[in-house]
Amino acid sequence: MNIQKEIQQARAGYLKRRWFLRDCGVGLAGIAATSLLMSDKSLGWTTEPNGPTASNPLAPKLPHFQPKARRVIYMFQAGAPSQLELFDYKPELKSRDGQLPPASLLEGYRAAFIDPNSALLGGKFKFARHGECGMELSEVLPQTASIADQICLIKSLHTEAVNHAPAQIMMNTGSQQFGRPSFGAWTLYGLGSESSDLPGYVVLTSAKGTSGGASNYGAGFLPTTYSGVPFRSKGDPVLYLSNPAGIDQLAQRETLDTITRLNELSMQVIGDPQTAARIQSYEMAYRLQTSAPELMDLASEPASILELYGIKDPKEATYARNCLMARRLIERGVRFVQLFHEAWDQHSNLNAGVKQNAADTDRASAALVKDLSQRGLLEDTLVIWGGEFGRTPMVQGGNDGRDHHNRSYSVWLAGGGTKAGSVYGQTDELGFNVVDQPVHVHDLNATLLHLLGLNHLKLTYRFQGRDYRLTDIHGELVQGIM
Amino acid sequence: MKQTDFLSLLTTTAAGRPTQAVAIAGTLFFVFCWTCSVIVAHEVDASSSVDFERQIRPILAEKCLACHGVDEVTREAGLRLDSQEGAFRGGDSGLPAVIPGNPDTSLLLQRVLSDDDGEQMPPPHSNLDRLTKPEVELLRKWIDSGAQYTQHWAFIQPTKSLVGSTGQSESPVNAADAIDFFVAQKLASLGLVGSAKADIRQLCRRLYLDVIGLPPSLAELAEFEKEGYSQTVEKLLGSERFGEKWARPWLDAARYSDTNGYEKDLRRDQWIWRDWVIAAFNSDMPYDQFIIQQIAGDLLPNATQEQIIATGMLRNSMINEEGAIVPEEFRMVEMFDRMDCIGKAVLGITTQCAQCHTHKFDPLTQEEYYGMFAYLNNSYEAQSWVYSEDQLATINEIHHKRSEIEEQIQQSQPAWQTELESWINNLSESQPEWQPIRFDDLNSVSGLNHPVQQSDLAILMLGHRSDDVYFIGQPEIKAITGMRLEVLCHDDLPFSGPGRSDVGSWNIREVEVSIQAPESSQWQELTLCNPTADFSEAETSYEEGKKKKGPVEFLVDGKDDTAWQSDRGVGCRNSPSVAVFQFESPLQASSGTKLKVVMRMTDMVGCCRLSLTSSPDPRSPAISYAAQLASMVSAHDRTPEQRADLFAAWRKSIPELNQYNERIDQLYSRFPTARTSVLHLKERQPQSRRETHLLNRGEWSRPLHPIQVSVPAAWHPLPTNAGAGEEAPRLQFARWLVDRKSPLAARVAVNRVWQSIFGTGLVETSEDFGTRTAVPEYREILDWLAVDFMEHEWSTKHLIRQIVSSRTYQQSPAADAQMITIDPGNRLLQRGPRVRVDAEVMRDMVMSIAGVIHHELGGPSVIPPVPQNVLDYNYTYPSYWTPATGTQRYRRTIYGFRKRSMPDPAMSSFDAPNGDFACVRRIRSNTPLAALTGLNETVFVEAAQGLALRLLRECSNNDRQRIDLAFELCMARLPTDEERAVVLELLNSQRKRVADGWLNAREIATGLADKLPELPDGSTPQDAAVWTMLARVLLNLDETICKN
Repeated sequence: MNIQKEIQQARAGYLKRRWFLRDCGVGLAGIAATSLLMSDKSLGWTTEPNGPTASNPLAPKLPHFQPKARRVIYMFQAGAPSQLELFDYKPELKSRDGQLPPASLLEGYRAAFIDPNSALLGGKFKFARHGECGMELSEVLPQTASIADQICLIKSLHTEAVNHAPAQIMMNTGSQQFGRPSFGAWTLYGLGSESSDLPGYVVLTSAKGTSGGASNYGAGFLPTTYSGVPFRSKGDPVLYLSNPAGIDQLAQRETLDTITRLNELSMQVIGDPQTAARIQSYEMAYRLQTSAPELMDLASEPASILELYGIKDPKEATYARNCLMARRLIERGVRFVQLFHEAWDQHSNLNAGVKQNAADTDRASAALVKDLSQRGLLEDTLVIWGGEFGRTPMVQGGNDGRDHHNRSYSVWLAGGGTKAGSVYGQTDELGFNVVDQPVHVHDLNATLLHLLGLNHLKLTYRFQGRDYRLTDIHGELVQGIM
Repeated sequence: MKQTDFLSLLTTTAAGRPTQAVAIAGTLFFVFCWTCSVIVAHEVDASSSVDFERQIRPILAEKCLACHGVDEVTREAGLRLDSQEGAFRGGDSGLPAVIPGNPDTSLLLQRVLSDDDGEQMPPPHSNLDRLTKPEVELLRKWIDSGAQYTQHWAFIQPTKSLVGSTGQSESPVNAADAIDFFVAQKLASLGLVGSAKADIRQLCRRLYLDVIGLPPSLAELAEFEKEGYSQTVEKLLGSERFGEKWARPWLDAARYSDTNGYEKDLRRDQWIWRDWVIAAFNSDMPYDQFIIQQIAGDLLPNATQEQIIATGMLRNSMINEEGAIVPEEFRMVEMFDRMDCIGKAVLGITTQCAQCHTHKFDPLTQEEYYGMFAYLNNSYEAQSWVYSEDQLATINEIHHKRSEIEEQIQQSQPAWQTELESWINNLSESQPEWQPIRFDDLNSVSGLNHPVQQSDLAILMLGHRSDDVYFIGQPEIKAITGMRLEVLCHDDLPFSGPGRSDVGSWNIREVEVSIQAPESSQWQELTLCNPTADFSEAETSYEEGKKKKGPVEFLVDGKDDTAWQSDRGVGCRNSPSVAVFQFESPLQASSGTKLKVVMRMTDMVGCCRLSLTSSPDPRSPAISYAAQLASMVSAHDRTPEQRADLFAAWRKSIPELNQYNERIDQLYSRFPTARTSVLHLKERQPQSRRETHLLNRGEWSRPLHPIQVSVPAAWHPLPTNAGAGEEAPRLQFARWLVDRKSPLAARVAVNRVWQSIFGTGLVETSEDFGTRTAVPEYREILDWLAVDFMEHEWSTKHLIRQIVSSRTYQQSPAADAQMITIDPGNRLLQRGPRVRVDAEVMRDMVMSIAGVIHHELGGPSVIPPVPQNVLDYNYTYPSYWTPATGTQRYRRTIYGFRKRSMPDPAMSSFDAPNGDFACVRRIRSNTPLAALTGLNETVFVEAAQGLALRLLRECSNNDRQRIDLAFELCMARLPTDEERAVVLELLNSQRKRVADGWLNAREIATGLADKLPELPDGSTPQDAAVWTMLARVLLNLDETICKN
């Protein structure tokens, strides 16, 4: 028996029974085109003046103004990569290796682990200029070097937090306190989703779990509809995606058809529009069941692409695989993809650790930019690479470690209206403080929203009587990176 | 007005004023619900007066008060518009902003209407939209009619409003009637009618789900029809399942969790507090007592273990154990969290704003915020053992028998008092003179822990559990002979310490002392010798004999695999210890010499103090250090505990008393091991009172001036009966929170109960009743219920009884197209509540329908099954995560283990919060992820398999009967013929596929391809499989997962 054919037949019979949904214009096709997730609330009374007033909280929304970027890929390097080993070349630090930092620098300064009055540690890696722009990059980032003319390197980011979990939460939600919506959730809230089969905000994880945990991509006080949905490289890519043991696709289809028919009958009696939304969510679940495995299967990718990203075994759960997956997700209309790679906390074993992490991430990060570029997607896709804070110019432990440093760190951006082939901001000769063009986390987030066509002052949500935003009460646009 | 009048009232009204005709074809109704906004509003025609509360305050709050409100710091032009006085006086310009009766000359209106960028209000840079025409007109009319201000509705004490507006002079006799009266009145004014009474079985199911969170069994459905409504209500209110249902919203509000949160997210034992909440609901503890005990139960006279457990509520905050943190920073985060929790859950007002600056909209200054904060800020972060009733009895018996034996000792030693006194004098006089060391640099080699030296020079080591601390100081060093290491108790440590192991024990592998001469960079390690201690354990070895612990000699033996440990065992473990050791050659060093002490530990010490002496041959007597400390306190200042410690040490020092001492030791060998423990509050002693400071911008590291305890001026005053001056401030604060005069305490509690039953609160923003919260549609109901609640001893059961007894509650949920259009969210209560049940009810319900649920009141949290790929993404892998099996697997969901950084994915997809912060309102979502959970999650699938077996077991081999039973179990009703046909179609098609070998019956029925289900006689695996598939359909139906 041809299962696919049988499913088609079952569908045809089923669709005939759906006349009333279709005829009144809110049938499957009508809703499916614009929505994935549907909140009960959205069908009910809504009093938040800034809340979603449309029926579908994920329907695509117009931004505040013409956007440069339509979607985001955020490669979050958790654990805090050392800017001094990767991006911020400091010969003076090298020449003062072993000396104590000037006392003036340390006033009011707080590191996490070490006595700030610890010896300076010069970097061991060679830096060279790359691309037409002449961007200085470390020897451990050869592939990033090859896209120097496509990225915008910010060397002057700073934050308040010095411990991982609060700092990751700060970077992702604009607050060190738990409970705020993540950047991805805000983006979805502001722009909606364009995928009919997939969630609007997908999270991919490599290495280990992050310090900030699920709150890094949570919806905070926004409806859970806006939360990031983790896609997993082992087991079900989306939780509970597989049917129970023994249930095949046809049985599942007929099960869902029966659920829908019964729900429709009860809707006729009770007349609750939420029932329509429920029918919808079960249909979407089915579509997710069929689309997610196809998405996760890299068999259709040519060898040249796997090679580009440095994927040896397409089944292995690596950062490289997640980078390629990110491209596949945005190709399918996903608004926001966030990668988490928790590996960069080099309190000790600095040189080997950074080298290893670079080997794990450099090629794939650059490949993603190149791949997006060759597909014409880079132009309106905002790519972000960075972690939660930087690392101290002072040594931790013997002579091969750096502590947490919140006064300066580096991130890079690409595509989506960012200034390609440019370096923004400057730190002092020891890489301690920002001396030129400082960028606070809130400034960065304000600017990222701006690129998405959203005014960070206007993207607000009323909660507890207050209009909250990603940038709290701060945030200045950084014109120099756009 | 009697209940029976309700319908007649509705009928008359409806007849008197025909409803607005909305002709929409029935099947099209839901088109409109997506396109129409809510029509119900307070339209005011030209002749009516303006309602400040409903119409003007929202405009001011929205557009003006951010810059012209309570906060002086951000106030522009010296103008306040939150009070009539301010508006009439005007700002720096000297011109009044509002001239009553003269809208056109009022600056307020001129500025609002101005098109000049410099004049216009709100100013263009504010990002606030300009006022709409209707808003301007409202302002104009308001000023014209005198610009009266009234106090924000929620800050005025609630009253049972007189029901005069419809000409009825009689007041409703009870709260249920009052609800119906106000609803009828409102509906009538809109030309609407209420709905018919819900179908009796539907009503029964609704009642069961609302009161105990479980669906009725078939027998219970039948009983309901026989016993009637009110008797069933009483039965359910009296069920133990009641507390398990109603504790949940409070656990959300109190951010209950079984882990600490943040990066490490380690386990905590706090379930006994959860059980306390369940018990409080089951015993219908008055809500005011419920709050008082949780905020300050430990301070009540002769506080019981239960009352101390109650204070676990504020301790539900997350605890950061990440390496290198500064503990005080995150204690402050916990304090803010506690304030936020009290704000949302009790005060009904958002406090977070005032943490950093004076509240923009509500009358809460930053000073006042820290005034309330100060009440809570003088507590230890304590953890104590919790004993069962039997264990408490055993402990009491031990204490009692010990007293008896000690009395016998006293009788046998008539001169005991003088002997004891002289023994104490000898003890204190024999002590060398110790000089505690003040250190300038306290740290850990790894940097993971940052010790802090307190004013008594004791060193407190909270935060990350590290094994390698060091302290550097510059003591005056002259002929130093020895050093004393006191290992001290502290109430911020588990079980008061001194250690930081899970039971408060500790050990020290090595102490090293070195000195650095002035102007030298070399540390010279000193040789330490002759260690003595008050107590050491006997030597034991572990790790296959590689490591040893016990005698104090191990402290300075230069070996890292030996450790000094002085664990006195269960019941006596948490007491101080001391070690004294000598320098091989006395130290002589000039001033400026640095001294460094390094301590390496396995189980970390939480509190210690180091001192030096010049006395010759310093040693510690083998007398318990608690007694040594007590001997240094002057006799009349000694606490009963200190006197007991001294007496015990004295009797142990007398060989003739050995037989008595042995009997007492034997008693203590029976000391029970506690069942569990609890994080709770404990007030700091007067000598270590913690001062509260106003924090600049809410930053813990930027304290400004000291703040005294106080309650905000705009609220009711502290109750005078709180025994002011005698009761501890935190207890006074607790009583104030739920004082009868509080405008909000009862309203907030009532609103939360209403929200649980109707899906939405009377005030939708349950966490915020402040000035930005408009007057609720049914303020009268809220106020009536609030007063009624207080008049009935704050009884939650009374409140629930009243609500579910109302006709409003008992209406049918069916909605016609017109009502869906004008009131999709049922804010008018024109029909019965219909919402998807909460996550926990959902899971309990499917287990209950399947007949697998296992009821057992209380106990440790039960680990639910979670996919491996979720477990793998923890920062710290939870190696304890072994899902429960057998009956424990199907305990009620409230007992499920909650891990903050790994929220149970099944519960999250149905909107259960993860406990990171207080949540008093879940926003219901409906996503494909939830659908997948209902279809495929382990427990849901097991429930479908269980239901299939149940259908086979309880029904003869007849499809129709089984389908009917399944419908009744799931939806408390029989299917229609059409529904039966739809279900049969699936049943038959799958039967064929199973028979044809397309589907593996055993796999569907059990999850395993070769496992046989536990079949009743006469059934086949094929039956189990097809009925499992059918059960899966029914358990996922909208009607099943909704309360109808």
